[in-house]
Amino acid sequence: MIDVTTLTIEKAAKHLKAGDFTAVELAEACLKKIEESDKEINSFLEVYDDVLAQAAEADKKIAGSASPLTGIPLAVKDNILIEGRRASAASKILEGFVAPYDATVIARLKTRSPVFVGRTNMDEFAMGSSTENSAFGPTRNPYDPTRVPGGSSGGSAAAVVMGGALAALGSDTGGSIRQPASLCGLVGFKGSYGAVSRYGLVAMGSSLDQIGPLAKTVSDAELLFNAIAGADCLDSTSVSLPPAREGGLRVGVPSDFLEKGIDQDVLRNFKESLERLKDCGCETRELKFAALHYALPVYYIIMPAEASTNLSRFDGVKYGRREEGGDFFDDYRATRRHFGSEVRRRIMLGTYVLSSGYYDAYYRLAVALRSLLRREFESAFGLVDFIATPTSPTPAWKIGEKAGNSLSMYLSDIFTVTANIVGLPAISIPSGLVRREGVDLPVSIQLMAPYKADPALFSLGKRFEKTNRT
Amino acid sequence: MITKEEVEKLAELSKIRLKETEKESLRLDFEAILSYIAQINKVSPDPPEESGSLGVNLMRDDGRPHESGVFTEKLLSQAPSRERNFIKVKKIL
Repeated sequence: MIDVTTLTIEKAAKHLKAGDFTAVELAEACLKKIEESDKEINSFLEVYDDVLAQAAEADKKIAGSASPLTGIPLAVKDNILIEGRRASAASKILEGFVAPYDATVIARLKTRSPVFVGRTNMDEFAMGSSTENSAFGPTRNPYDPTRVPGGSSGGSAAAVVMGGALAALGSDTGGSIRQPASLCGLVGFKGSYGAVSRYGLVAMGSSLDQIGPLAKTVSDAELLFNAIAGADCLDSTSVSLPPAREGGLRVGVPSDFLEKGIDQDVLRNFKESLERLKDCGCETRELKFAALHYALPVYYIIMPAEASTNLSRFDGVKYGRREEGGDFFDDYRATRRHFGSEVRRRIMLGTYVLSSGYYDAYYRLAVALRSLLRREFESAFGLVDFIATPTSPTPAWKIGEKAGNSLSMYLSDIFTVTANIVGLPAISIPSGLVRREGVDLPVSIQLMAPYKADPALFSLGKRFEKTNRT
Repeated sequence: MITKEEVEKLAELSKIRLKETEKESLRLDFEAILSYIAQINKVSPDPPEESGSLGVNLMRDDGRPHESGVFTEKLLSQAPSRERNFIKVKKIL
């Protein structure tokens, strides 16, 4: 019996190679878990009907010079295109859409013959922090099904915890990989801006979006990241990362930023994590960031501005759903009625901050502050090699708890948005459990590194993880 | 701070049709969100210069074009309404 809830990619690859089980048997174990649990969890919007056929193909390749990803069951967020398969970004407006091409990350994975299990639930167009904004119902947290899994890649996170896949791809615009990873006790990684091609990702905030892995260990996340990263001629903002090099171990902590609005148990756990970093040979020091306090408002100006622009393409003309109105323009209005309420809210908010009367007061100032923030980080990284914060200010909350209050939902992104605004790589690593109503819920530490120092996060992350096991 | 008329104008600019009942709740949402993001106006009366874009934007040389028409059918097959190799819409003018 294969325990897919604890199995890592690394171990599965060894077992597959040694012939302890086949890719078909591994895929069957995942399908069984989905069968048992997903009616409640709702992590998959679709489980592909050719999973076992894909696994059988992979089995043929495992004997040869297989990649560690060959035959590994992976789940893919519903905003990443796989040729010939449906993709909806969990929106009704993309009803019936079939991807005409592979996203670059998918094309790269396909050369390694993993098994794509299915597409995972998400907040519609990746707009949300709880996966409650899906047009197809919320995903539940496998640790406690009365709670959210985080978001927007909540389906990807829950699918892996449940055992429906060994790892997953998500996308991260303001924390949408790292925060659900944190709330579900997984490792989540967002690379430097441009490290992973965005070609074939349904765009939200194009200057912020990055695809990345959710996995059970730092090594698994690294494996998946390395398979998808690298410059791509189909994404003009993509870059190649330089080879890893030995760096320092000074960790900066923006202490004054951690004073307000953070759960006391999370704060206590974070302080323990800092001690564990010292056990890894790190020295910690306090940092003062004046502009850090403005990261979240800046994010909630730039992101809706870019989203409102990007989502103008959903017009019922080129693809997706069309709803008939009275005339041509009325077709637009009728079609775009199929956006969910959070998507409509952000499109209108973006339209507001970009409109002529408010452009200077909001958008232009936000862009200027973004530069200021970037400069502050550049100087901070002269003093330290990493910056540590909790990933999320709270553990997983109850489904419905923040649903009526957009602003309180937005505030849950406070620690994660900065890495997107500045374009830095960041990793979320499970750091322990806190107890709520008799249930242990995972919490995580987030580490950020300088632009293009992505490998340093994996290397420190692996050391940090080991301190957990002793 | 933000009126119902402004909400209606934003909806029209965004080509989104709102139900009457949504307008007030959106108005309240916008008030809360806008007063939160407006705190950036306190940062400095003299905002720093807007500097260049983040990261890189690499252009490649023209060349190696794909053969004309190889993606046409795949892309057009996704259009809600088509006529031959055109996307069909209602009269615009």
